[in-house]
Amino acid sequence: MIAIIDYRAGNLTSVKRALDFLEQDSVITSEYSSILNAERIIFPGVGAAGTAMDDLKRNKLDKALIESFQKKIPILGICLGSQVIMDMSHENDTPCLGLVEGEVVRFPDNLKDTQGRRLKVPHMGWNSVKLKRPHSLFEGIDPNSEFYFVHAYYPAPEAPDRILGETFYGINFTSVIMSHNLVATQFHPEKSGRPGLKILANFCEWDGKE
Amino acid sequence: MLSKRIIPCLDVRDGKLTKGIKFKGNVDIGDPVETAYQYYQEGADEIVFYDITASSEKRNIMIETVRNVAEKIFIPFSVGGGIKTVDDMREVLLAGAEKISVNSAAVRDPSIISKGAEAFGSQCVVLGMDVKKVKKTPKIPSGYEIVVDGGRTYMGIDALEWAKRGEALGAGEICLNSIDADGTKEGYELELNRLISSNVNIPVIASGGAGTPEHLFQVLDEDRADAALIASMTHYGEYSIKEIKSYLHGKGIKVRLNW
Repeated sequence: MIAIIDYRAGNLTSVKRALDFLEQDSVITSEYSSILNAERIIFPGVGAAGTAMDDLKRNKLDKALIESFQKKIPILGICLGSQVIMDMSHENDTPCLGLVEGEVVRFPDNLKDTQGRRLKVPHMGWNSVKLKRPHSLFEGIDPNSEFYFVHAYYPAPEAPDRILGETFYGINFTSVIMSHNLVATQFHPEKSGRPGLKILANFCEWDGKE
Repeated sequence: MLSKRIIPCLDVRDGKLTKGIKFKGNVDIGDPVETAYQYYQEGADEIVFYDITASSEKRNIMIETVRNVAEKIFIPFSVGGGIKTVDDMREVLLAGAEKISVNSAAVRDPSIISKGAEAFGSQCVVLGMDVKKVKKTPKIPSGYEIVVDGGRTYMGIDALEWAKRGEALGAGEICLNSIDADGTKEGYELELNRLISSNVNIPVIASGGAGTPEHLFQVLDEDRADAALIASMTHYGEYSIKEIKSYLHGKGIKVRLNW
């Protein structure tokens, strides 16, 4: 059973629907015990870091996530879920879970593309991911595939080996994080068509090893 | 680099497409779920449903449609038309839409934008703007005025001011529909799109006037818009999404080619 963590941060049902489509058993839950007993955990979310951390703490879900991480249970963070795993977020200056060392920062103002044209923030739409090294999560995925992003902040891990993938939007930012049994994507695999579904399917098979 | 998005728009009434849609190969489809699925398979980057159901009793039919679409397509889609309250928004989002768009209701009560953004996040709230070109006056300095009721009612609001206000209230995106260009198939209203897009920091979807792939190039080039809405040019099999994207790619516009 896959536990989709419910902390009231955004559209959880779309992750659930994608897993249903892949015929994977999953449950949307905010219960400490069912999260700790899950075979895998998906940690989605859209919204702001401050409210998300408050909601996680209220139900002790922060502890459930940290314990599951230590127990080597495969965890997939999505969007905001790839941010609150860091030490802290500059969005509302929020202390976060600290599963990965580093901070969450905002895209700089006056962001420009390679031709000097202004780029808007949030970064919204389809963009590609450049993998630093192969990983089973991306097995069978065309390197030219694009994924759906919508965010104004991004995670910046301190250790370069935590960066599995990068995306260019005026700057290169970390779009996939990898730390032991935890992977996290800044984009939404559940909204990224066939390649996104393939990532979810790969996650369901993943043994949690780097 | 970020791709420009190509977004087919489907008009739905009482759970049916208002006109059958012909895909290449001449398959005629009147079912919004099947049509959305076809577009998803064809490489649409997003899909917009516009619900023109007149009676509120039949609104639940649209919710059922949204639910069925969400089970089959795994790209973002938005629903507009008749959304007046935060509860309306919640219902559509829970049924599986990624975004909701508000238009006339927001003009009449702008707080629906901020309430929606607070409840669900800005990324969910699209501000739909229907705009007509008018004479520049002190009240309408941009020469573009907001209209409602399909263009019949002039609201005395400057389009540029309204776009900025919508952004400030928390809209995550603007769908900019030119009533003058709508249905002409003679191209998007380029000046309007440039004016709005360059003065807000949220994405602008150009709408109204698309007839050929070149029209999309014109509106997506040089930062006029971040995405382009299309309707009849693909609905009746004249062009496929793939053809449009190949054309744009050839002209140096970044589009998503792998799906």
